[in-house]
Amino acid sequence: MGAADLRVRGLNAGYGPVRALTDVSLDVPDGAVTAVLGGNGAGKSTLLRALSGTLRFHGGAVTGGTVEYDGARLDGRPAASVVAAGVVQVPEGRQVFARMTVADNLRAGALGRRGDRAAQQAARNRVHELFPVLADRAQQRAGLLSGGEQQMLAMGRALMARPRLLLLDEPSLGLAPMMAARIAETVREINTQGTTVLLVEQNASLALRLASHAVVLETGEVALSGTAEELSASDEVRRRYLGVADEEAAADAAAGIAAEDAGVAAHPPLTRWTA
Amino acid sequence: MTTFLELLATGVSLGSVYALIALGFVIIYKSTEVVNFAHASLLLAGGYFAVLSREHIGFWPALLVGVAGAAALGMLLEFLVIRRYRGRDHSVLAIVTIGIDIVLITEFARRIGPKIFSYGDPWGSAMVSLGPISVPQTRIAAFVTAAALITLFLVAFRYTTWGVAMRAAAENRETAALMGVRLGWVSASAWGVAGALAAVAALFLSVFPTTGLDRDTGLIALKAFPAAIIGGLDSTTGALVGGLTVGVTQALATGYQSELSFLGNGIGELAPYLVMVLVLLIRPAGLFGTRELSRV
Repeated sequence: MGAADLRVRGLNAGYGPVRALTDVSLDVPDGAVTAVLGGNGAGKSTLLRALSGTLRFHGGAVTGGTVEYDGARLDGRPAASVVAAGVVQVPEGRQVFARMTVADNLRAGALGRRGDRAAQQAARNRVHELFPVLADRAQQRAGLLSGGEQQMLAMGRALMARPRLLLLDEPSLGLAPMMAARIAETVREINTQGTTVLLVEQNASLALRLASHAVVLETGEVALSGTAEELSASDEVRRRYLGVADEEAAADAAAGIAAEDAGVAAHPPLTRWTA
Repeated sequence: MTTFLELLATGVSLGSVYALIALGFVIIYKSTEVVNFAHASLLLAGGYFAVLSREHIGFWPALLVGVAGAAALGMLLEFLVIRRYRGRDHSVLAIVTIGIDIVLITEFARRIGPKIFSYGDPWGSAMVSLGPISVPQTRIAAFVTAAALITLFLVAFRYTTWGVAMRAAAENRETAALMGVRLGWVSASAWGVAGALAAVAALFLSVFPTTGLDRDTGLIALKAFPAAIIGGLDSTTGALVGGLTVGVTQALATGYQSELSFLGNGIGELAPYLVMVLVLLIRPAGLFGTRELSRV
């Protein structure tokens, strides 16, 4: 296990009396893409907030367990200090600074990591290479960008802090399938360039294609974990997160054997998070 | 016509001083979402520090002492009081600032007593003739200084790293924190800048044609409050427009008071509030304020 791994052990977190995470443990190995899957309210966003130190903005707190990155404790530290440690989160719903220009948004991204001008210029060049549209629209207000462009800006802004570990909260949320695929491609590229990624997604098929490892959260607990191949192959994940059961049911019906299987009739397959 | 021009010049000058104070309100509101009712005490503190040290070190160094003192007091209040309430309801914080204001104003008023302090400023009671109209030199100095400070502030707000951090925090505190912005520093610097601007305003509110700094000087900050509201509490442009509106309104209403005698005495003091009510009836968020948006 390398030094720059993120290790979460027995993490408990909640909002006042409401418990949102119970005994969550996971590893994000250095250099890999790790995915966290789960439905609404499973605790995915709470997990990221606990990592990035922003639970307090929602009246929440870590009540137990540890978060360790690169040998140092992250839990209990304010958000700015987590950023300084090299762990940067792209918030859910993009949250670009709508009234600021694209260029100023990128400047804001660099605030957490003071460095010499050359390093900042290099970071900006890298972002512009990944997302050429951000260079074209530099003087436009961020609020006028399309959803996909805003997601690019949110990711570019986070990259300005030169993170070693990038936390992505639902980057495909609300995007057209083509744009989601484009974002996924970029996540892969960012990872190839040497940034570790922790990806939180409802879109399980997209996440499992990108990640090498994944955990599934259900009601604040880790329900499943393993390599992406194992999880893609597991019936549980296929049925509940990949929506494969639909096709099987259709095939079964066509074969005229559905009625014979009382179990299937009694428990219709759930297809909640269709890919 | 000459009277009108003179009143207009006075109004613009007075308005630019109000704009300095209103800008302080707006900076604090934008960066911490607190309506700072303790602004009057910051203004009085800046003035008091300056006039006290003036006797020993002369006018210009004393002005610096006043500015630095008010800025330090603002940052101290942020650190000792406002920070302790972080995460609470903002209306609670607004009421806390009322409490701070009462305590500080009482203390400064006790120290000042019935005395009226003079700044010993270099302008004195000299007048300047601009064509047909003549204006006190202090009014010119006030306008020039306020315009320069406001320009400096706006340039810093737009182009410096500090400005980017302030704007990011104003737009979305949580996301700014995720970018590594230290919100405590943003908030403390906002209180410091607001205090410094208020101290400069205290100077120009206490020089000729006013008699000097007395214990009621802080109350003038209350006139900058309608200025900030008229412009919209979260708009720096609004603070400027609001300040000028209040200044000109007050100068004209006071100047033409004899023609407005049917409204009784003191209409000049009241006029800014009337304008505020009228503006709020038509634009509830102020002229340049952002309307509260609800997210779906």
